Amino acid sequence: MFESLSLFSLQQYWWMIISLLGAILVFLMFVQGGQTLIFQLGKTETEKKILVNSLGRKWEFTFTTLVTFGGAFFASFPLFYSTSFGGAYWVWIAILFCFIIQAVSYEFRSKPNNFLGQKTYDIFLFINGALGTILIGAAVSTFFTGSQFSIHKENLATLANPVISQWQGPAHGLEAVLNWRNVGLGLSIFFLARILGTLYFMNTVEEKNILGRAKKQLFINAVPFLVFFLAYVFALILSSGFAADPASGVVSMESFKYLHNLLAMPVVLILFLAGVVLVLWGIILPLWKFEKSASKSIWFAGTGTILTVFSVFLLAGFNNTAYYPSTYDLQSSLTIRNSSSSHYTLTAMSYVSLLVPFVLAYIWYSWWSMNRKKIDTIEMEGDDHAY
Amino acid sequence: MILNIDPGIVDWSRAQFALTAIYHWLFVPLTLGLSFLVAIMETIYVKTGDPEWKRITKFWMTLFGINFAIGVATGIILEFEFGTNWSNYSWFVGDIFGAPLAIEGIMAFFLESTFIAIMFFGWNKVSKKFHLASSWLTAIGANLSALWILVANSWMQYPVGMKFNPDTARNEMHNFWDVLFSPVAVHKFLHTISSGYVTAAIFILGISAWFLLKKREILLARKSILVAAIFGLIMSLFLAITGDGSAYTIAQKQPMKLAAMEGLYKGQTSKGLVLVGIPNPRKKAGDGQKDFAIKIEVPGLLSMLGYHNVDAFVPGVEDILAGNFKPEYQNVPSAEKEKAFPVSEKIERGKLAIAAFGDYKYAKKAGDKVAAVRADSTMKANFAYFGYGYLKAPEEDVPNVALIFYSFRTMVIFGFYFILLFIVVLYFHSRNLITGKRWLQYVMLWTIPLVYLAEQAGWIVAEIGRQPWVIQDLLPTRAAVSMIETTSVQITFWLFAAIFTALLIAELMIMTRQIKLGPKDGGTK
Repeated sequence: MFESLSLFSLQQYWWMIISLLGAILVFLMFVQGGQTLIFQLGKTETEKKILVNSLGRKWEFTFTTLVTFGGAFFASFPLFYSTSFGGAYWVWIAILFCFIIQAVSYEFRSKPNNFLGQKTYDIFLFINGALGTILIGAAVSTFFTGSQFSIHKENLATLANPVISQWQGPAHGLEAVLNWRNVGLGLSIFFLARILGTLYFMNTVEEKNILGRAKKQLFINAVPFLVFFLAYVFALILSSGFAADPASGVVSMESFKYLHNLLAMPVVLILFLAGVVLVLWGIILPLWKFEKSASKSIWFAGTGTILTVFSVFLLAGFNNTAYYPSTYDLQSSLTIRNSSSSHYTLTAMSYVSLLVPFVLAYIWYSWWSMNRKKIDTIEMEGDDHAY
Repeated sequence: MILNIDPGIVDWSRAQFALTAIYHWLFVPLTLGLSFLVAIMETIYVKTGDPEWKRITKFWMTLFGINFAIGVATGIILEFEFGTNWSNYSWFVGDIFGAPLAIEGIMAFFLESTFIAIMFFGWNKVSKKFHLASSWLTAIGANLSALWILVANSWMQYPVGMKFNPDTARNEMHNFWDVLFSPVAVHKFLHTISSGYVTAAIFILGISAWFLLKKREILLARKSILVAAIFGLIMSLFLAITGDGSAYTIAQKQPMKLAAMEGLYKGQTSKGLVLVGIPNPRKKAGDGQKDFAIKIEVPGLLSMLGYHNVDAFVPGVEDILAGNFKPEYQNVPSAEKEKAFPVSEKIERGKLAIAAFGDYKYAKKAGDKVAAVRADSTMKANFAYFGYGYLKAPEEDVPNVALIFYSFRTMVIFGFYFILLFIVVLYFHSRNLITGKRWLQYVMLWTIPLVYLAEQAGWIVAEIGRQPWVIQDLLPTRAAVSMIETTSVQITFWLFAAIFTALLIAELMIMTRQIKLGPKDGGTK
């Protein structure tokens, strides 16, 4: 089935899978956003416990999606993996630290004799929610703003230094946070995650005090989200982009490249606009009709998030665009054509990708099984494995 | 301008990977085995309806959860370190190595992470049978994850199913099934997971023994000991069988690793297996010094185990370096069928292959098709030795013999001790004497650290034994590294050391408190 597809078709298919995984990851960052709201929404220990346990049953989805996103990127576009991870060392290490400290915090926080104390683990969760989202947003933004690296495959013949991908900036990735646009996307993701966090609590928690505060936080976070997100989008469509000639592979700067991409790919434009509208609808609905609609708003905003992020990734990689551009050496920029795995590997991996609908189905079923009843104080008192 | 690679960056990158892998490997074996043991106990509960089994299941599940969390925390870094610290490796073999990691995520991690939530929080939310299925699926997910990462690791030891493409400057997969079902992968997977099962069985024995020593939770301890000892005995026998299979594949595919495992410098026919010995720490290949201060060996056994032929010649370190053996048993490139090449010649051939690769790239750029074809042909003729071209001297091909020798014996001796322990425990349990044998209870308890020692020793044999290669014969560790400042990796090494040590202390403190609390309070208060 997949064998008959051209290499370029497989590259496009895999870029779509990467985009989808990235999009689902951003949606699942409601866990991270929720973690930054624990202290604001939970005023008593029981309320905090409800919030932590509500997130604690979902944090592994986000974590697993991040790991799978990394693995799938490695398998399908290994030159990105070797160039970005090996070059932007510090920004990726910082992101990984944020997730290392998250992984133990739920299980350890309320256990007796836990060495660091509950407060430390709660701070770990906050750091993961705040720094993790901002840094991932900033790292993804470099898909549009570029990084400083060079790639020379003939280096392999240099015995003293055969390293193919070499970073050319001394800060090894930390320079990304000095670019206002990168920080802008990072903050957009941060506030979006907090919005999704409040909506998730509205969907899963049955405590009036928490829900009242969540509604207030929804509004408070929606304002900066819209400011940063709209500023980022406007800057993006007005900016020059990195165009790759499909025949020669030569990369050059093109004015309004991403605006051109949107216009050249109307389906992406529609997905993007539909996504933005759904996110806005998900925000407005609980503010407008709280009693009736708050519980289901996460599905509007979540679907909108997935559509928006998916289309933003397509904007970065499709229509002959360098998705990981080098501002140091334009010709080292990565496109989906020059950085992918071979036809054989992409074909084999494509068969594996057929498992994805099955995976989504059992995730949906287990989510439904566990969330049929909302979490409340009574459940927390009776659960002997509560975090 | 291209700067030379600082040797310090290679050492620190290796140290960091070793540190993070050692920490991760402290927790993974227990997860692999305990997940199945918990599922078995829950199955007994569902089958019998006996609430005591539910209580037992929930107790071990609590300990499983604590261990699982830190396993996840220490695991995420390993996947990304292939990129952050081994960027050249990521490109050189990413076309093959990346696929198992992605499949691991799609096939295993989601299974594990979805059903573990039901396992812990679903007791009152889903049916008994669905809960039981979730426990089994969590165990299957954990073990599937081991399958894919071990397939990837095995490919590093024995690269198959691929071809080098000079246009892309990387190895590309040509046969997925060769990668998945390589003999090294099959043996490594089975040997590694069975070691995890034995670890979990001993963990349960040890903690149950502690309860017996304290005269608490006698019923829980006795029932747990029975399940763990039966499971442990079957798995420890399987561990020995798969260990034999692993050693056999090492003899064929990585003779230098086998020579190091045996501290063997000069090869012999009908070579004996060294049971115990003290290798000469100052011994170097070709220096004429004695290789052992003292040793006791079983005649002919190494030839038998390594080549299934009691008369077979087992090459030592010096034979491999000098090419002084007929590679009749080894799986070698066709050029070496009659006589093995000395490593010095392999280095020359490797340099030829690398230079031909450079010539090929240059000729392609210049549009000189004839020169490109010529360079490609030279490169193909010598590609089997590509990685040797990066070595500076033949001696670099020798791993740390003493460390591997001792690690191998630690792993094997403890492995046989575990079989004996399971048999003794089952004997006393069947005669209803287990609660009265305090000496045996102490032995069970103090075997817990030994199984962890054996696990780490096994990892050292596999990974240090592979040195200097990151991909056997094709890419030495030094050519696989990322081009970053040594100080950056030094800083992150200490950061990882600090955070993982803190988390390990936390894990041990929480685990011991939960054990002391026992199952009465659900193991959480």
